[in-house]
Amino acid sequence: MQPVAEFEEVKVHGAESHVAHHFPDAKAQVEAGKLGMWIFLATEILLFGGLFCAYAVYRANHPEIFVYAHHFLNKILGGINTVVLIFSSFTMAWAVRAAQLSQQKKLVRLLAATIFCGFVFLGIKYVEYEHKWKEGLLWGKRYKPAHAEVSKPKDVPPPKPLISVNPEERSTLPPPAVPPQGLSWEVRAASQETVVPQNVQLFFSVYFVMTGLHGLHVVAGMVVLFWILLRARRGEFSSAYFTPVDLAGLYWHLVDLIWIYLFPLLYLIH
Amino acid sequence: MAVPVGNALFGDNYLSHAKGWKSWLFTLDHKRIGVMYLVSILASFLLGGVFALLIRMELWTPQRTIMDANTYNQMFTLHGAAMIFLFIIPGIPAALGNFVLPLMLGAKDVAFPRLNLLSYYLWVAGAVLALVSIVTGAVDTGWTFYTPYSTTTNTSVISMTLGAFILGFSSIFTGLNFIVSIHKLRPPTMTWFKMPLFLWGLYGTAIIQILATPVLGITLLLLIAERALGVGIFDPALGGDPVLFQHFFWFYSHPAVYIMILPAMGVISELVSTFSHRHIFGYRFIAMSSIAIAVISFLVWGHHMFVSGQSNLASLIFSILTFLVAIPSAVKVFNWVATMYKGEVELATPMLYALSFLFLFGIGGLTGLFLGALATDVHLTDTYFVVAHFHYTMFGGTAIAFFGGLFYWWPKITGRMYREAWAKLGAFLIFIGFNTTFLAQFIMGAQGMPRRYYNYLPEFAPYHKVSTIGAFILAIGFVIAAGVLLHSLFAGEPAPANPWGAATLEWQTTSPPPHDNFETQPIPGDPYDVDRWVFDREAGGYVLAPSGAAGGRV
Repeated sequence: MQPVAEFEEVKVHGAESHVAHHFPDAKAQVEAGKLGMWIFLATEILLFGGLFCAYAVYRANHPEIFVYAHHFLNKILGGINTVVLIFSSFTMAWAVRAAQLSQQKKLVRLLAATIFCGFVFLGIKYVEYEHKWKEGLLWGKRYKPAHAEVSKPKDVPPPKPLISVNPEERSTLPPPAVPPQGLSWEVRAASQETVVPQNVQLFFSVYFVMTGLHGLHVVAGMVVLFWILLRARRGEFSSAYFTPVDLAGLYWHLVDLIWIYLFPLLYLIH
Repeated sequence: MAVPVGNALFGDNYLSHAKGWKSWLFTLDHKRIGVMYLVSILASFLLGGVFALLIRMELWTPQRTIMDANTYNQMFTLHGAAMIFLFIIPGIPAALGNFVLPLMLGAKDVAFPRLNLLSYYLWVAGAVLALVSIVTGAVDTGWTFYTPYSTTTNTSVISMTLGAFILGFSSIFTGLNFIVSIHKLRPPTMTWFKMPLFLWGLYGTAIIQILATPVLGITLLLLIAERALGVGIFDPALGGDPVLFQHFFWFYSHPAVYIMILPAMGVISELVSTFSHRHIFGYRFIAMSSIAIAVISFLVWGHHMFVSGQSNLASLIFSILTFLVAIPSAVKVFNWVATMYKGEVELATPMLYALSFLFLFGIGGLTGLFLGALATDVHLTDTYFVVAHFHYTMFGGTAIAFFGGLFYWWPKITGRMYREAWAKLGAFLIFIGFNTTFLAQFIMGAQGMPRRYYNYLPEFAPYHKVSTIGAFILAIGFVIAAGVLLHSLFAGEPAPANPWGAATLEWQTTSPPPHDNFETQPIPGDPYDVDRWVFDREAGGYVLAPSGAAGGRV
């Protein structure tokens, strides 16, 4: 929150063109904007809350699906994306500070950096999605894992052990007998006897819905930031008026924060 | 303080401030947006009402009467969806609330006027999508869109649910706007406990709108993803759980019942105090019970699922919590009755609606206890008893309060008075017609008539006939009420600033208000200090008594 003195200064200079007629002063307008944004963020959290709730229910009821299927996710790419988003939150926070200090050029550059991070995130996400697409590791009805295609599950009466599944040519995945990646020896040994759980597609449904909706929010955030960037280039923001930068920043941090929950919940299951 | 007493119909007011259709479509004035909402919402009500009459006509005989079974399924779905998503939920907050809230605060507008206009156009977009679904094959799932039926039927569920999703955003933005307005635009001298109770009702409503509606949003998105992409989160064949849909749906849709009733209770608080010419009784209890209802409303959704396979323990807890809602609701009703006690009750049209509300909501609330109790609910689930119960609360409660509020604020909105005698006749017919329609449904429901059935056993025919006759009496009542209001637009007497003697701030500006709401900034005091207002024959309305003089009606 900016000190009140700054707002009083605005009045002295008579530069209150951005204050709407129904607010008593600039301070009231800033506070209203902030309160409105926080309430909006609360609705966003509840929107994702439904998905987190679905995740919790299905994971509690079918832990084996989640433990089995999460090995197909690429922890390294997910980890890089986490770092990218956290870094973008840093540049965003710095951008708000630059606006508060009327550092015009720095503000534009930091906003551009934040948007760039958004592109990097989406690019990495694209690589991950494309991989899943090739492997047929998709949601619900579209789940047709390429690595298991040879052994038509329907022809084989009992669920088949992983070890007997032949590696398939189309797939770039390691044969499932060697679990996808990064397993400890105990788990690896245990998984030798483990069968493929039923309804693995449920994990991918949850994965694609959650990361997809989050991805849409990243895109929305980038659009908003681009608009702020254009306005910043026109020199609209200064220590006297930076509310839009501030509010866009709050939104971007929320998008970041949701990913920080998604990453461990989806990628780092034990 | 000079309080305007007169009528601004022929001077500068918000209606004459700017001309042309563009000045309406791009307006940021909360009053004009409120009027646009009002017109749109009343059109939806007409549409939903026509569907209702068609349903009742079909049920005149136990067999086919006027339409086939598929059309019938679409009719009750469209009736429910139009009435709930397009009429009742936005009705009081978006139409009346938009107009009245800034006036009651003594403010010039809501906090975010552009967002307000956006939420109106979101409403329009959602309504258009819902209409598109009617043209492209309608929906026959019932307004609840339960899976797996909604994911397998070949009707246009996506268009309808997308419409409901967008309407949800409209509702969220209205709630957000109201909360920020009440927090930030309240004059410093108007403390929380000096706010009119209508604002407490809208505040409680807004809390539910912003906390519950997003969950409906994600539920409908998942349903759309399920139909369009086969995501399978609610599909047992793919490992999903259809009961999860019901949990999600009712997590929104039960609080939504309170989105409907809380603003209605706010309207009733205003009407009862004004027309009893007496200070509201138990102000703090009414105010806090609004918040209590808002909080408890989030904890009772499971009572819609007693027979859906949730655990017995969950049912038990939900049942107990459901009974808790009765407490704040009863607190309100007792306080309204106590306000009338020893008051000078004036049976003007809005008060007739308020009295109807007390009676009908009382029945609706008490029959809710049968449905909240586990043993009786198993018998009554999915019968006409449920249909009658929620019509008594939603129609007898919310819609009646909406029309009471409409008649109450009509002179302020339009600057015209309506013909009292005809308006009273309309209110009376609505009351009679409503009870005829739905009391019969309680009886046949308790005897086992299931809801949503196209054909039924001949034993139930007499009840259905009574119910259908009632529906037509109800329709006649509404035609008269509509005629009264339309007539007043063209031939009504100019309305005084304060025709009823209410003490809230919206009556301290001209009727209709000027573009900026107030010529001189009003000074908020006790919103129910009605004794300071005396009837002035010359002004044709109430004026502020000179300080020291005894108030009261002449």
